[in-house]
Amino acid sequence: MSFDRGDYMLLDLDRRIIKELQNGLPLTKYPYRIIAGRLKISESKLMNRVEYLIKKGVIRRLGAAVRHQELGFTANAMVVWDVPDNKICQVGTTMAEFREVTHCYQRPRQTGWPYNLFAMIHGQSREECIKIAEKIARVVGIDRYRLLFSTAELKKTSMRYFE
Amino acid sequence: MKIDQMDKNLLNLIQTDFPLSPEPYREIGEMLGIGTEEVLSRLKKMIDNGLIRRLGGIFDSKMLGYCSTLCAMQVDEKRIEEVAEVVNSYPGVTHNYLREHKFNMWFTFTAPSIEELNTCIAQIKMDTGIHNILILPAQELFKIRVSFEL
Repeated sequence: MSFDRGDYMLLDLDRRIIKELQNGLPLTKYPYRIIAGRLKISESKLMNRVEYLIKKGVIRRLGAAVRHQELGFTANAMVVWDVPDNKICQVGTTMAEFREVTHCYQRPRQTGWPYNLFAMIHGQSREECIKIAEKIARVVGIDRYRLLFSTAELKKTSMRYFE
Repeated sequence: MKIDQMDKNLLNLIQTDFPLSPEPYREIGEMLGIGTEEVLSRLKKMIDNGLIRRLGGIFDSKMLGYCSTLCAMQVDEKRIEEVAEVVNSYPGVTHNYLREHKFNMWFTFTAPSIEELNTCIAQIKMDTGIHNILILPAQELFKIRVSFEL
């Protein structure tokens, strides 16, 4: 079984590859060979398919997800902005260029929630995050914004697909 | 846990340029000037210590046919632990943070279909009795960067 998502087809094999890769890459000399063995395909077939899935953007990247708090990025603020609808593309694009911004999304306004642009800022301290937000605000020319600092991490895991 | 400059170089490298080749750890070692065994032992140490949460593939949930949204919930301070337990019990909830705002509990929900997503959120409202939840799906993505330069 497979289904069509635009210009690419997700094969049953792809699902099996994704299930393997979400479990983690073995810490051995030939990690892909081990996964290929479990999937009963050749190592080169696996690597070709992974390369294809990366090219199509299904796999965003291979590598590590780190715990940034433990690496000194202890402060993180979700900065929410009230941007005029006709400026959102331009403001979002400009904001994305700041290296301190790790994520930037447009989301819908709601009753009691006027903010339509969200940017995550990671910094070494609260003060640093505030300074970064002020700098961004000056550059994009938006002064209606708030910083929502996180006070506790209640859960952080990776999504498990096809289970 | 203390990490040295070589660990930092290694972390920078594996967040952005993890090789897709038969011997990725050897290639990483060559880029850093250390042997395969040392790469493996440093990685193992950082995985065991929780610095590396996962080593493998990072996926685009939308491309896999999944739906996801950010949710914000207004939870009474006294009920945070109890409500978090309900919310976190869903495997589709991957991130959940407390933030300084009237809407204080912020979580992401990923599900195989929009129907399942809506059903789960309705269930959370029922189970907690909290109906004031903002559903804030991404409409446009301007940036997603997941590496932290050290």
